[in-house]
Amino acid sequence: MESRFRVLFLTVAIVGLSGCAATKNLFGGGQEEAPPPSAEAPGQVIDPQVERREVKEPAIDREDFEVGGFVGIMGIEDFGSNVSYGLRLAYHITEGFFVEATVGQSEGGLTSFEVLSGDLRLLTDDERVMTYYNLNLGYNILPGEVFIGEGRAYNTNLYLIAGLGSTRFAGDDRFTVNVGVGYRFLLTDSVALHLDFRDHLFDIDLLGEEKTAHNLEGHLGITVFF
Amino acid sequence: MSEPSITTIPSTPQPTSTAWLGCLIAAVLQVFLTAPVQAADEYRTVTVADPYLEMRTGPGRGYPIFNVVDRGETVDVLMQRTEWYLVRTDNDKEGWVDRGQMELTLQPDGSRVNFKEVGLEDFTNAKWEAGLLAGDFGGANIVSLYGGYSLNPNVSVELWVSQILGNFSNGWMGSLNLVHEAFPEWRVSPFFTLGAGVIHTSPKSTIIQGLDRTDQIGHVGAGVRLYTARRFLLRAEYKSYVVFTSRDENEEVEEWKVGFAFFF
Repeated sequence: MESRFRVLFLTVAIVGLSGCAATKNLFGGGQEEAPPPSAEAPGQVIDPQVERREVKEPAIDREDFEVGGFVGIMGIEDFGSNVSYGLRLAYHITEGFFVEATVGQSEGGLTSFEVLSGDLRLLTDDERVMTYYNLNLGYNILPGEVFIGEGRAYNTNLYLIAGLGSTRFAGDDRFTVNVGVGYRFLLTDSVALHLDFRDHLFDIDLLGEEKTAHNLEGHLGITVFF
Repeated sequence: MSEPSITTIPSTPQPTSTAWLGCLIAAVLQVFLTAPVQAADEYRTVTVADPYLEMRTGPGRGYPIFNVVDRGETVDVLMQRTEWYLVRTDNDKEGWVDRGQMELTLQPDGSRVNFKEVGLEDFTNAKWEAGLLAGDFGGANIVSLYGGYSLNPNVSVELWVSQILGNFSNGWMGSLNLVHEAFPEWRVSPFFTLGAGVIHTSPKSTIIQGLDRTDQIGHVGAGVRLYTARRFLLRAEYKSYVVFTSRDENEEVEEWKVGFAFFF
């Protein structure tokens, strides 16, 4: 008998509850009653106070830029050879290509005409100072390694550059085309020695007729990658 | 080093030799003295997940492989140059590894290392751009530098500085440009531009002495930006200038330029 009563009560309870639930849904109240998504999972008793360990990896040092200076000799056409020096900044785009900006300065001497004529001077001292800037595209045409003795190997690059810029000489700014070849010798992975030969070509009409002057420059430099 | 940083070039037309030399030495010294600071940093450690990692003697395809690191071993990444990574093994061997192999290594938490390079998407969405162009400005040579900022992928503002080197006169020009790209997601992306600025011209010293002039300019133009690789793009453009002179007639000048630029 008891079990029958139990079954009866249970049936009534289930029908009643489901009826309530149906009514609530009918009036659209069911959705609001849904438990809010709580941060705590049901049945979770212990809230772990341990924070998730975030691994912050150190950034990798990028060394695509190269900066440095150079000292050498520049032969200014008709004006003799003199010391030249300057700064260089390069950015390596790929293992082959790089772009480079250089600024430099040298000074012209006396032309043969001035020497022979005595006191006559074509240019003032200020006008004899040559300053230039160049923006070049370079290509490492022959990358390689050299060996000193048995235990030392150094990376090297033979590269070609070509570019343009402007040269201030004899009182004017002159459009300048610049071509050259250079040798980069890496003392370490971040420090390099350079040996460069370059030709700075510009038009000049100082000595009567307009001509293209070749101004050859050879310089030694040191650069640091960063 | 208490010495102030001197890395810029003196802007005076004829700086003295000693000033130049001092500047040069200071710049080189400073670079040398600040460089070792990097060495004290911690390096990123990765675990080899491929069967092996090949280490070359230099950052280039042709350099010989002198060491291999087996799967499961770790290496420290010391630096990156272009597409190459300088790594150090546990037994202190240093060598260069290409990006393709570095992508197959794992971080300490087991996830893949992100060595993804910049690509076409960055070309479209990059905020900053700077470049160098050269060409012809109404018969004279022109060399230009520019810097740009993208307001959105389609519209950017650019500041240009140019040096004009002609047969009869030299000069410089500065202008502010508005650039519109209709298809910034294309590898070859065409654009329209318009802008305004000033031009300064001075006759060459070998020509009869004339007066320097500074005039306002306005221009319209069109061109293309071509994405090549990494952060590098080529750019070619045509601009038509109107120089608002103080004389009776305005001057019109056509300009053609090509060059390259970076975005970052």
